[in-house]
Amino acid sequence: MATKEYAGKTVNVTDDGYLTDPSQWTREVAQAIAAEEGITLTNTHWKVIDFLKKDFAATGALASMRRINKTGGIATKDLYEMFPDGPLKKAARIAGLPRPTSCV
Amino acid sequence: MNKILIIGAGTAGTMMAVHLSRRLNRKEWAITVLDKDENHYYQPGYLFIPFGIYTWRDVVRKGSKYMPEGVDYLLGEAEQIVADRNRVKLKDGREITYDILIIATGTTIHPEETEGMVENGWRENIFDFYTVEGAEALGKKLPDFKGGRVAIHVAEMPIKCPVAPLEIAFMTDWYFAKKGLRKNVEIDFVTPLPGAFSKPATAKVMGHMLGERRINMVADFGTERVEPGKLISYDNRTVEYDLLITTPTNMGDALMARSGLGDDLNFVPTDKHTLQTSAKDNIFALGDATNLPSSKAGSVVHFQSEILAENILSYIKGKELKASFDGHSNCFIESGYGKAFLIDFNYDLDPVEGTYPFPIVGPFSLLKETRLNHLGKLSMKFVYWNILLRGIPVPGITSKMGRLGKIIPADSGTV
Repeated sequence: MATKEYAGKTVNVTDDGYLTDPSQWTREVAQAIAAEEGITLTNTHWKVIDFLKKDFAATGALASMRRINKTGGIATKDLYEMFPDGPLKKAARIAGLPRPTSCV
Repeated sequence: MNKILIIGAGTAGTMMAVHLSRRLNRKEWAITVLDKDENHYYQPGYLFIPFGIYTWRDVVRKGSKYMPEGVDYLLGEAEQIVADRNRVKLKDGREITYDILIIATGTTIHPEETEGMVENGWRENIFDFYTVEGAEALGKKLPDFKGGRVAIHVAEMPIKCPVAPLEIAFMTDWYFAKKGLRKNVEIDFVTPLPGAFSKPATAKVMGHMLGERRINMVADFGTERVEPGKLISYDNRTVEYDLLITTPTNMGDALMARSGLGDDLNFVPTDKHTLQTSAKDNIFALGDATNLPSSKAGSVVHFQSEILAENILSYIKGKELKASFDGHSNCFIESGYGKAFLIDFNYDLDPVEGTYPFPIVGPFSLLKETRLNHLGKLSMKFVYWNILLRGIPVPGITSKMGRLGKIIPADSGTV
């Protein structure tokens, strides 16, 4: 467990940079994490982040890319363009949610 | 008379019928098993069919042979589970009521979920090996293939038997090597995962093995569509092939969508320890049909069935569901050349090296390629039909994952 500073706020993160305490997440923290990933958040990015957070609160689990597409209404192709090289990993990190686990 | 209904007579449904028929008071409880297919399939055997090692005779039996006496085995297809009213409507209009429902409907492949997969050469130069028909069709195609590019492909996670794509890759390499054609064949392993497997230590060993076999790894490949002779990813990468051996999207039974009981892939949200569904207290689920973060594999079902039988007895007595599934999975990974690996793991502990099931004497070696593991894999056909399906205990193999004989590194996740 480590701490990191984003937007003037100290937050607890895992070794690979995922927030461990959702209450420490703010929109400013999200912007700072996105900047670290080389992403500038636009309205469409926020649509993904808001969906992930809302869905996580409702189901207790991180949505899959299929779910973001079918239930969240965001095309998978767009997801790859917004969050290049591993969209779900990056979107989850920016949304302050746990790292996606691929089922075995 | 109280009623238990099991939907699905595959590995999960049959094992549950066997356990419950032994453990329930049969004067008080009637057990019905419903399935739409009269056949039972030894699915791990599909892998050997394309290479002429097994035929359908090895993998198909009549399901009724394995149903315990006194269990009502019904052929029919469920149209809808009406959870609020504890009943299941069948397609032919019949209705079955139940006190306890067990969902064991498994998973099937859905090539139509990937754009272009069915249209651009399904069973011509695109094959699955998750159905008897697919494995047989591939078996007819392989002898004609004299050279070119073969892509071993996984469309989307989760999939049944996550090691199977690795096995078919190793077997394909071996097949062409034996025929003296390997130098004319290029093999790509195309996966949406960042590595060869979802567990890091195993991914490393398997990744190394792919390299040794000159199988080219194409990772993080989210398949958008299939064009004639080409796989195209969402981030615009292309893999060309002459022969595509694919694991299409896996989904639960459409019955779950019709009944409002499934997630986006029609898998049933289920408690990963108690195996009770989140839909209703008297509905339980096990095996490939669930959304559990455990492998979709026969060994997993075998372990889950023991846990679930225990919890159903507790549920009937009005007691807390104390039996807890730990995610235990073990599987042989056939690697060709008469050898295989073996891995054993659960929710908390990744596959490690060591011996199995007993310390030192094994006889099997974990996370290592040996001839004995291969013999173990081959013996599974007999063990499945004659021991596992009949609910006969296997010495040293328990539903809880054992730690004896394992070399557990200090930094691995332990409970």
